[in-house]
Order: sequence, then structure tokens, then C-alpha cells
Amino acid sequence: MDGAQTALPSRFQAWFEGRGWSPRRHQIDMVRKGREGRDVLLIAPTGGGKTLAGFLPSLIELAERPPRNAAGGVHTLYLSPLKALAVDVHRNLEIPIADMGLPITVEARTGDTPLAKRQRQRLHPPDMLLTTPEQLALFCAWEGAREYFADLRCVILDEIHAIHGSKRGDLLSLGLARLAQFAPHMRRVGLSATVNDPDMLRRWLAPAPGLADLVTGDPGAPPVVEVLVSQNEVPWSGWTARHAMAEVYQAIEQSKTALVFVNTRFQAEMAFQTLWEMNDANLPIALHHGSLAAEQRRRVEAAMAREELRAVVCTSTLDLGIDWGSVDLVIQLAAPKGSSRLVQRIGRANHRLDEPSRALLVPAHRFEFLECEAAKEAVEANDLDGEPARVGAQDILAQHVMGVACGEPFDLQALYAEVITAAPFADLTREDFERVVDYVATGGYALRSYDRFARLVKGRDGRWRARNGEITARHRMNVGAIIEIPVLSIKVASTRGQQRVGGRKIGEMEESFLEQLSPGDCFLFSGRVWRFETITGLDALVTPAPGEEARTPSWGGSKFALSTYLAKRVRRMIADRAGWPRLPDDIQEWMTIQQLRSKIPSEDEMLVETFQRGRRHFLVAYPFDGRISHGTLCQLLARRLERAGRQPLGFVANDYALAVWALQPMGEMDMDALFQEDMLGDDLEAWLDESFMMKRAFRHCAMLSGLIQRRQPGAEKSSRQVTFSTDLIYDVLRRHQPDHLLLRCARADAAQGVLDVARLGRLLQRIKGRITPVELSRVSPFAVPVLLEIGREAVAGAGAEAILQETADALIADAMELD
Amino acid sequence: MRWVRLRTGTAETPIAPAAAAPAAIALARSDCGALWIELMGEPVALRPSGGLWIERAGAFVAGDLHLGKGSSYARGGQLLPPYDTIATLDRLEAEVRALKPRLLILLGDSFHDPQALDRLHPEDANRLRGLAMGRRLVWAEGNHDTRRGVSALGVLPGEVADEVVLGPLTLRHEPGPGAQPGEVSGHLHPCAKLVAAGRGVRRRAFATDGRRLILPAFGAYAGGLNVCDPAFKGLFEAPPLAGALGDGRVHPLPFSALCGD
Repeated sequence: MDGAQTALPSRFQAWFEGRGWSPRRHQIDMVRKGREGRDVLLIAPTGGGKTLAGFLPSLIELAERPPRNAAGGVHTLYLSPLKALAVDVHRNLEIPIADMGLPITVEARTGDTPLAKRQRQRLHPPDMLLTTPEQLALFCAWEGAREYFADLRCVILDEIHAIHGSKRGDLLSLGLARLAQFAPHMRRVGLSATVNDPDMLRRWLAPAPGLADLVTGDPGAPPVVEVLVSQNEVPWSGWTARHAMAEVYQAIEQSKTALVFVNTRFQAEMAFQTLWEMNDANLPIALHHGSLAAEQRRRVEAAMAREELRAVVCTSTLDLGIDWGSVDLVIQLAAPKGSSRLVQRIGRANHRLDEPSRALLVPAHRFEFLECEAAKEAVEANDLDGEPARVGAQDILAQHVMGVACGEPFDLQALYAEVITAAPFADLTREDFERVVDYVATGGYALRSYDRFARLVKGRDGRWRARNGEITARHRMNVGAIIEIPVLSIKVASTRGQQRVGGRKIGEMEESFLEQLSPGDCFLFSGRVWRFETITGLDALVTPAPGEEARTPSWGGSKFALSTYLAKRVRRMIADRAGWPRLPDDIQEWMTIQQLRSKIPSEDEMLVETFQRGRRHFLVAYPFDGRISHGTLCQLLARRLERAGRQPLGFVANDYALAVWALQPMGEMDMDALFQEDMLGDDLEAWLDESFMMKRAFRHCAMLSGLIQRRQPGAEKSSRQVTFSTDLIYDVLRRHQPDHLLLRCARADAAQGVLDVARLGRLLQRIKGRITPVELSRVSPFAVPVLLEIGREAVAGAGAEAILQETADALIADAMELD
Repeated sequence: MRWVRLRTGTAETPIAPAAAAPAAIALARSDCGALWIELMGEPVALRPSGGLWIERAGAFVAGDLHLGKGSSYARGGQLLPPYDTIATLDRLEAEVRALKPRLLILLGDSFHDPQALDRLHPEDANRLRGLAMGRRLVWAEGNHDTRRGVSALGVLPGEVADEVVLGPLTLRHEPGPGAQPGEVSGHLHPCAKLVAAGRGVRRRAFATDGRRLILPAFGAYAGGLNVCDPAFKGLFEAPPLAGALGDGRVHPLPFSALCGD
């Protein structure tokens, strides 16, 4: 406590005491680091007073600041990945400021802040400005940003574990590098949940090649995690966990407030519906996911804050965010897929450090039971998975360069020196940088026909600037690294005259889902059944259809793939026969029959089963490496099998296994050759360039880099209304300049994200020489779950050509019959 | 090549020769990927390029080239790849090489905007001149289209016409109102969309009921309008067949299989 007394001014010490608190060690450490002017990363569990620890040094500095005549600039800039969090932090900061009567002004600024207020903030900056990374990107593109931030002393980045591994993180990192130019005295403070590799975040936070100091909070009581053993049999496949919902309801009844996490919005809808049907005690249970109308989500959040709810069924929308004191149980419905996500979610329960958080994991099927056990072990061992450090994306750099030019003219060499202080871009070569600048200026085309339309021009002073005000205005409308997936508003249909028009908006849904519905189809949304009527413009019109049977969406699985860390534990658990008796009877039975009929693979071998079923020959492999890399592997295997004359017909993948079926048997094939790593060479390239994933990646890169502007002055264009197709542009560019910057960006993105090629590479390496082929006379117990997914899941990459061909063939066949 | 007669109307519609009854189209798939149909009794090939081959007239028809669309956007600050004009001319030249038409008809909207001709790269202008060598080149512009300035004599070769009549067929840029038996037009940029296997596939497409035909846009960057859009309503006497452009072939798709955007 002595340390605390010397570090904290008496006014602050008294404030803590007045609230019956004593400052925590890491809060004091943060104050010290502040006085020393150090960049610092604070890692602390939820409920540890992390946010206050981040702000304390600034509060003290501002409280001790001598009175000044002229108003100063922003002293502390706080950036949160969530708008709601910025608003909530604002509310929480007002408490100490009001209690102690500190002369400090705090304001939040988000895309929702009224224009008048935003303009006022520019003229009269608050001492502390709370905002989002997108606003920082906008600040960089302001004229006069340099003066505005000249007095900035501190920038606080919240939840950096959730943002560093993404393009948003790249843009934020570049924004910080820019800010450091404006404000030479600025120090950086990062706040993060527990991560497995703090040094990576320390490097990300500090200007490269530096390393931020580290302060860690005391760990809270270890969480108590249970895996639900249902009285009902664990299903073979599926994702609803319907078999265990009665037990889930019971758990809710026995807790004060429960957060029920699921992995997708559809799971949320299904779970909510099921709970509601069995809600005999009339418990106030609510639903929260990203598609619901914002007002409705706000209502649920407010009801939670008032402690009026007993449970909320939610998706990752509530992974981060506002603390609710009353939550005492977190239920994870269907496997969490990664241990860090699970820890984050568990942290939402019980925000007192001295009491353990309680969590209940509810597996939806057999492999998930193993996965939940693995997750539980991982949490106990504090074995966290996480995003690896990434190489900054050049489409994001292009956007940033344009932004810089909108703010003020730049010198090429100086900007390069600045950019490489952003950790994700530390290894960027000067040549690549200049290529990006050329891309921003002229499009970077070998055919230099656009020089007269250049967006950047070099002045007589040798500095680059935006060509004109229109280009600047357009850029400012399009900053940010968030790609909005095309969505339609779901509105209740009403009739005006002869016309059906949209009434009340109940939420938003991906266009890709809605286009699979035919008028009259019923679906579950916002806890109710709706009949799909029609699409008009950007609205999908629906009418209530109580009592109707909802159509199960054609995709339902988890949007997250099993993490490498958990996969490894699952493999170990299967191989470890000594541990089997701990598993429920039906799981043990399943594994025992697998052993009898086929084989239980050891921890580092990969089992490949082949068998015939009907007229089809199947190959089922068990890499346990996540659905994304499995899906990519399927595509590549299918190509090889085609070449080997096996006539593959289709494939399916889940997190644990993949299955390919063909007209010819595959049992006698050389499996080591079939799974050879060299498939990641030409096969991958050839397939990738044709695949629609590549086109989607290209579309995103084109938008983020400013090739295509989503918003135009005067009219907001939705992606539906973009007047040219990025697919057409992709085709033309691929043919005429295959090494263009954007194609390279798109390839990198597709390989990294949608296809997980790096992980597939590690997988192929891991199984080299360790493949155990087994020829079976019939299907094995392990193969059942993946085979049950056939026809249920859309296969990523199903050929557009095949779809056209099939419909055309059916038509011709029809015609031939009549002939 | 085997011809089949395809119903486009309801199941009750009797099957009858195409020229007499709008409810049936005679069609055949050829090895080169083209889809042959009888248009008012005239056999024509819908080519995977999006162009139309009228064999008896030795005429190749391409609509809506939109040359200079990329540079038009570049002028406004969106630097789309400048290769669209080249790509469009590549495809046009390939068709001319393959078919050796006596008559090359460009069915309007050949340039994206009034200044596109001025922005045309000299090399591309030469390629257009080359296309006119040894054959008749007709810019079927339509009255509304003269502002595009293609007819600025001396800049590019070829004749300018409102419409071209070839046997039973009348070729013009914009579809006329109501029933127009034998009309071949462009302007609307038809495309067709299917949803299957959990995803949507949207492709440029010919649209025809056997009596009139609307060509897809030929230009590399030209967008498309879904054939289910109200703009197509009233143009066909029976629900049209869509000839969707695939990889090297044209896929005939029944209207009933298509969906709107």
C-alpha cells in the first residue's frame, strides 16, 4: 500500500477509499509507467479494473495540469473496436471525474455522433476523446489534423487482442504511426485480455522495432468449467444441441443471469425458439445478435443493465463489451472452437476477481463432446490460441496513403520512414511502398494510360498531394477496413394502394441467405416465424407466420473453425485409451466400435478410410484440422482424383474429417502421393484463380484500396447497386496484368483467410509418412458425422459452371423426352 | 447437331413449329459451345462470346461494346483497369477470325460516353479500322445514339444505320415496344441468375422467345440487368429462354429456373 500512496495523488487515493476500494497493483504500475512516459501494454482479466487502469495516468496528469488561458487540444485519445464500448467507457469515466470535481472534459465520437457536435469537437476539442479506429483513419485524412493533435499525450487502445490480427488492425497501426508524427510526445497504452503471446502484442503496440513495456494484472480465480452430460444420447451430427435444451433451461433457472453463447445467428434463433417453447416458468429470456435491429439490441442491453433478464441468447456480438454485474453463468452452446474465445466469453460472467466464473459447455454432437472436453482442459491449463502476428495488407496501406494525402502533402521518403514504424509494415520494402503509392496515384497499371487522371500529383516542392477536392471528399466517405456484407433490411410488409411496401424494420439479413428463399418460405428471425414475401429494392418484405414450420437454413454450422490448439488436444484425447472411461457411455461405445471396425488413430497419424456404399466409393480422412483447411484440401484432392481417373462426384468437410466420393474405388491408391504437399503448388494456383473465393477476396481488396468506392457523394450506393461487376474487372485484370498489386493482395487474403492455406500446409507436413489407410467393407462410426453433412452444407467453391450445366441439362433432357 | 423443340410456355401449350407458335423454340447445341436457335425460322447461333452469328447472311452482331468504360470511371477518380477496351476488341477480333463474317454489325452503345471516342487509344482505333477491312461494318446506332459521335466521318470507318434488316430479322439497338417479331436488339444488357447449391450464379445471357432476341452486352465491363426485371416485361409473348454465357458455351436455362436479384 505504501507504493500506492506515493504513486497516487491524495485526491485519487481518497476517491478509491471513498468507494471502499483500494487501487490494484497493476493500476499503480500503470500510473508509474505513465509518469515515466512509457508505451505500455496492460494484460488483465475482465473485471480487473482494466479500463480505469488505462485512464488513471491521464486523469492524474490532467488533474495536476496548471490552469491555462487558451484551450488546449486533445490530451488523451481512446480507441475501442466497439462503438458501444466507447459510449460505455464515457459513462464510467464521468463517475471519478464528477466525484473528484476534476476539470476534465470527456466526449465520445462515433459515426452516430451528430454533425453539429462533430464540428464543435473540431473547434473545441475535449481533453479526452473516445472513439473508434475508423474515426482515427478519418482524422488522418483531415486537413489540420497535425495541429489538432499537437498536444496529444496519450492514446489508449482497448481490446487490442481483438483487433491486431485483422485489416482493421493494420489500418489502426498505420493511423498510430501518423498520429505519432503529429504528436511527438504521445505515448501508447494498450489494454488486452489474456493472450498466449504478449510479446507479439507488445511489438504491435510500440513503434517498430520497439517493444512496449508490459504490466500484467493479477489473475482472477480460475474459472469453473463443466461439460454438460445430457441424459439424452449425444447426437451423431448437427449443431442445435436440441437434445440438451431442457438441461440448458434448468441451468438458466438455477442461475441469477445467464449468457447463452452460440456461434451463429441461426443457432441463436433456434436456441431462443426452443428455450421459449419450454419456458413454463416464464423467465425473461432475450435474444441478441448482429442482424437484429439496433434499437432492439439496445433494449436488450438496457434490460440487462437493469438486471431484468434471466438469460440472453447471443452470438459474438456480446463477446466484447459492457460489464454486467449480475451475470453468474456463461453457457456455450455447441463447441467454442477455440480456447481464447471461450476464455473471453467465460470472462463475461462474474466480474469480481475473487470469485470464479462459472461456465457450462454444451456439445451438439459426438466429436464436439471431445472438443468441449479439450476446451475445458485448455482453459484449465490456460493454453490459449490466438491470431499470429500478421503482415500488413497492401490494400490497407493504399487506403492509408490516400488518406495521408487528403490530410496534407507528403514527402515520399518521410512517409516510407513513418509507415515502417507500424509493426505490421515493418518489413515493407521501399520498392513495394512505391508500388503502392503508384497504385494510389495511377492505378499501378503497366498500360500507363491514366497518368492524366492521377489521383495523386507531385507538386513543385516534390511533395505528393490529392489532385483535387472531389477526390479528397470521396476518400473521406470511404475510410475504414470493415467490409459490409451485402444485407437487406427485413421489413414487415404492409399494403399501400396496390403496392406492397416495407413497414417496420425488424433487422437485417445477408442477401446470400435471402436469395435462397422463395416467396412463401417461412424462416425464423428475431424469435418469430416469418413468411418471406418479396424483395423490393433493398428491403425484404415479410409477414408474420405464427405456427408455420420454419425452413432450416441451408447452412447452419459454426462460422468459426476449430483452432489448431484444440484440434491437437482432441487428437490426443481420442488416442488416449486410458482416458476414455471419463467419457459418457454413448461416446465410449462409439469409440469402441470404431476401434473394432476400423482403427483409432494415434495422436500424430492420420486415418484414411475407404469403403463402398451403394454405387459410390468413399474416401474419408480425419485430419482434425478445422473445416476451412479441410474444405480447401477437398477441392485439391478432387482435382487429383479427377486426374487419376477416379471420377470424383462430390465432397464434404467438417472440423474433424473430410469425405470425397467417386465412381471408382480409391482404396488401393498411394495415399502418401495423394496427400503430397506439392498440391499446394500449381493445383492450388489453378483452382484459386478460378474460384469464387478469389473473386470475393478481390472485391474486398478493390473496395478497401479505393479502386471502387462504396459511397459516392450525394448517394449512398449499396453493394447491390455498384454499376460494374468486380468479377468482370477481375477477369480482365487477371488476363492482362496477372501480377497487379490488387491480385497479389487478393491471393494473399484468400490463401490466408477463406482457404487457410498456411494451415493446410502445416497439416500436410504433419501427416507426411504418417497416413494410415484402412479399407473397410462398410462405413465406420467416425465417418457417420461427416457423411451426415452431405447435402446439408453448401460446399464452398461449388462450381458456378456446374450449376449452369445442371440446369441446362435438365432442360434439354426435358425437351428430349417430348421430342 | 440435333435440334430439339423446347416448350417455353405452360405444359398445356401444344408443341408446334417455332415460327408459328411463340410457345416453342427450336434449339441445338453445337460443339463449339454455341447455342443454335430458330428465330422466326432463321437459324442463328448464340455465341459464348455474347455475339450473334446469322449464318445465311454471313453476319456477326455484337451489342453494347461500351468501349472506354474503364477510362470513363478513371476520369471520375475510380481507376478501373484500363484493359477493358483491349479485352473487348480481343474478343471481337477472335469472333471475326473464327467466323469470317461478310457483315459486322455493332448494335449500338459502342462507346460508353460521348467523349469515349476522343479518349480511344490510337492503337485501338487502328484495330477497329482493321475489323472493317474486307467486310461491311455497320454501326447500328439508333436515333437516340448519334450523340456518341461514332458517325463522325473519317474518324472510324463503317456505315451508320438506325436499323438493319436481314431477311426476317430486324436489328436495332433498343427493343421496340410491344411484340416485335424478328427483332434483334441489345440495350438492356440481360443477365440470368440461378440459385443452387447454396449460392447464386449470375451471368450475362441472351433472352429470346423464338420471335425476338435480346443480346447480352459484349463490352468487358458492361454490367447486366436481370431478365426478371420489370424492364423486360411485355417484350416477350411467352416467358423467354435465357442463354447464359458460361465458360466457352451457352447454357439454355428455362425462365422458370431463374430468379430475380
